[in-house]
Amino acid sequence: MQDMLTVSHAPHVAGKDNLKSIMLDVIIALLPALLAGCLVFGYRALAVAVVCVLFAVLAEFIWQKLLKKSSTISDLSAVVTGLLLAMNLPAGIPLWIAAIGSVFAIIVVKQFFGGIGHNFMNPALAARAFLLASWSLAMTTWPEPGTAIPLFGGADVVTSATPLALYAEGATELPSYLTLFLGKTGGCIGETSALAILLGGAYLFITKVIRIRVPLIFISTVALGTWIFGGSEGFFSGDWLYQILSGGLMLGAFFMATDYTTTPFTPKGQILFALGCGILTVVIRLWGGYPEGVSYSILLMNIASPLLDKVSAPRRFGYKKTKEVA
Amino acid sequence: MKTFRGGIHPKGNKKQTAQKAIIDLAPPKELVFPLSQHIGAPSVACVKPGDTVLMGQKIADANGFISSSLHSSVSGTVKAIEKRLHPNGVVMECIVIENDGQDTPAPELLQPEDDYHTLSKEEILKRIREAGIVGMGGAGFPTHAKLSPPPEAKIDYVIVNGAECEPYLTSDYRAMLETPDEILDGLAIILQLFSLKTGYIAIEDNKPDAIRVMTEAAKVFTNADIRIVPLKTKYPQGAEKQIIRAVTGRKTKPETLPWQNGCIVNNIDTVASIARAVIRHKPIITRIITLGGAALKNPTNFRVRLGTPFSHIIDASGGIVCEVKKIIMGGPMMGLAVPNADVPVVKGTSGILLFDEKQARLDNESPCVRCSKCLYVCPMNLQPNLLDTAARNDDFDGLVKLHIVDCMECGSCAYVCPSRRRQVQQIKVAKVKMKAKAQ
Repeated sequence: MQDMLTVSHAPHVAGKDNLKSIMLDVIIALLPALLAGCLVFGYRALAVAVVCVLFAVLAEFIWQKLLKKSSTISDLSAVVTGLLLAMNLPAGIPLWIAAIGSVFAIIVVKQFFGGIGHNFMNPALAARAFLLASWSLAMTTWPEPGTAIPLFGGADVVTSATPLALYAEGATELPSYLTLFLGKTGGCIGETSALAILLGGAYLFITKVIRIRVPLIFISTVALGTWIFGGSEGFFSGDWLYQILSGGLMLGAFFMATDYTTTPFTPKGQILFALGCGILTVVIRLWGGYPEGVSYSILLMNIASPLLDKVSAPRRFGYKKTKEVA
Repeated sequence: MKTFRGGIHPKGNKKQTAQKAIIDLAPPKELVFPLSQHIGAPSVACVKPGDTVLMGQKIADANGFISSSLHSSVSGTVKAIEKRLHPNGVVMECIVIENDGQDTPAPELLQPEDDYHTLSKEEILKRIREAGIVGMGGAGFPTHAKLSPPPEAKIDYVIVNGAECEPYLTSDYRAMLETPDEILDGLAIILQLFSLKTGYIAIEDNKPDAIRVMTEAAKVFTNADIRIVPLKTKYPQGAEKQIIRAVTGRKTKPETLPWQNGCIVNNIDTVASIARAVIRHKPIITRIITLGGAALKNPTNFRVRLGTPFSHIIDASGGIVCEVKKIIMGGPMMGLAVPNADVPVVKGTSGILLFDEKQARLDNESPCVRCSKCLYVCPMNLQPNLLDTAARNDDFDGLVKLHIVDCMECGSCAYVCPSRRRQVQQIKVAKVKMKAKAQ
């Protein structure tokens, strides 16, 4: 026994959390949104999710095999990336496009930069942007909720506009708040139901995977910005509730803007990040060419994250002037 | 509830020994006294092989102000002064004493008890110094030096650290339950040194019994006004700057010492030792240790003689239940992994933990995913993720800019890391490298 003792530096105990448990928590948190997507758009939503996850995991596995690296698929991060991408796709997307998106997310955005912990952009969002630029029609064809979508080929699918597009066009008949909250509207698989996303977000908050400040500040900034500037009858007349309940804001705020690797690690940096995301979203939604700006605003702020970390380093303990309390 | 920012909540593992009264353990045949059991210059032996020594007799002198003396914990014969292994893994000069089993006390120990009110400050400090008292929590800074701040120091708070925030350890807890008066007397003696009336004993709220016992004892204690301050249970609540923050609300500025912030903090066992030394002329020859860990059969609290080999204590407790893969001196968060079970108990040995294979397993590190958890928990508000990277790259300038000097090595960062990265371990290695480079 004597010469077999392990001698290592303290600490000799570790907490429960590991990468896998955190990724598993994110997957669990995404399930309500996936379920909502399936209820709204039918089994085709599930098919997209399965394809995205499958190709994400396969891409990571094959890439690491080819490069003779140890496989990291067991940490479940590729599953999360696949699932998040699926949440950001229309339910009627051709499955091969979804597969290409997954492979792009894993190989180009994640592995090219060194794998887990090293990507500078959110892989799922970067893939979405890539697909939107490459197959913009397929990426903006929103099936009408409740209509059947065939597994392959879907040219004759009944389509609908997203709530944000309706709003931007100045349509007279907008979906009600309740419809938006429950998610029976056109849009991406995982973004339509605010209720389902809030459930998942609450789970992430309770399990301490995320802190509340980023989603809270992001959503509040969008609410405030659209309330002040978004109305047709001058300042402070915007329909902010409609704005925060529609589009990808909830999904982005709870699941993308809280991604560890691509957002600042300092508390102050996270606040600036969330503010930036909110402001950019308002600018794109109100004055940009696209009706929706959440994913681009997060991607832009991803790029700013290293800078935000630098300027927002926390103050060392005791740095401030001594304060007398007792 | 009073506390500090950051910190973690490791599993306490204190239930196994919290209800176990301290047992006096008979000393073994042979005891080993390393000449360095404290921060500062090693002691100088004042006995030679063949000498007969009595229990409590001084066997090594302090070598300078930041140093400490040593006393034999048994009566017997000096067998040798030779190189032996210290628990910290360094082979150093040790005095080896063969126990005659008689425990014949040195004449100093037989002097009548003193009323400390009649003693001068100089006399009190001299007795503390002569008794070889050092910080018993594990750091081992000579206590007389801590209690002798420069004349410009204005001390407002004397705090006794009863947080015992390390998992497993219950030795301070037991001392508070079993000998509260010793602790109160020790604190009153320190208060007398600084001409203060009020002292504080800070205890984490996971020890309600200790809070109750100490509060009741303090109520009937007439020598000073002692206040018991319950603190939120959180690691590292017992760290000096954190306990000052929690008790007084004061933040100790970076790169300054507690006395510069008007505070003096001492551990429970240190304070009790002061009372024994000043009132009853007893030097440090015993200490209370908690025995624990999954590989141990009977978790126990022992009062052991200094110099007792770990193996003797482990056998006396009833032995082990499975193969031991790691032996830790102290708590699991900041304790030292010792090289083997033959090393002796030193002044800073607050516990001995025997870990089985599962507990001793080291997980592989994954890349940092920038989850920020280490920043959230760092009680010094540092950026352990960046310190980790800089340390791995030997970027010493970067480490200085990231305030590596502030890191007290509490290990909260490595504890929470989901990638199982060893930030604090890298920081410790970097500190050694930086010290070597500076010389």
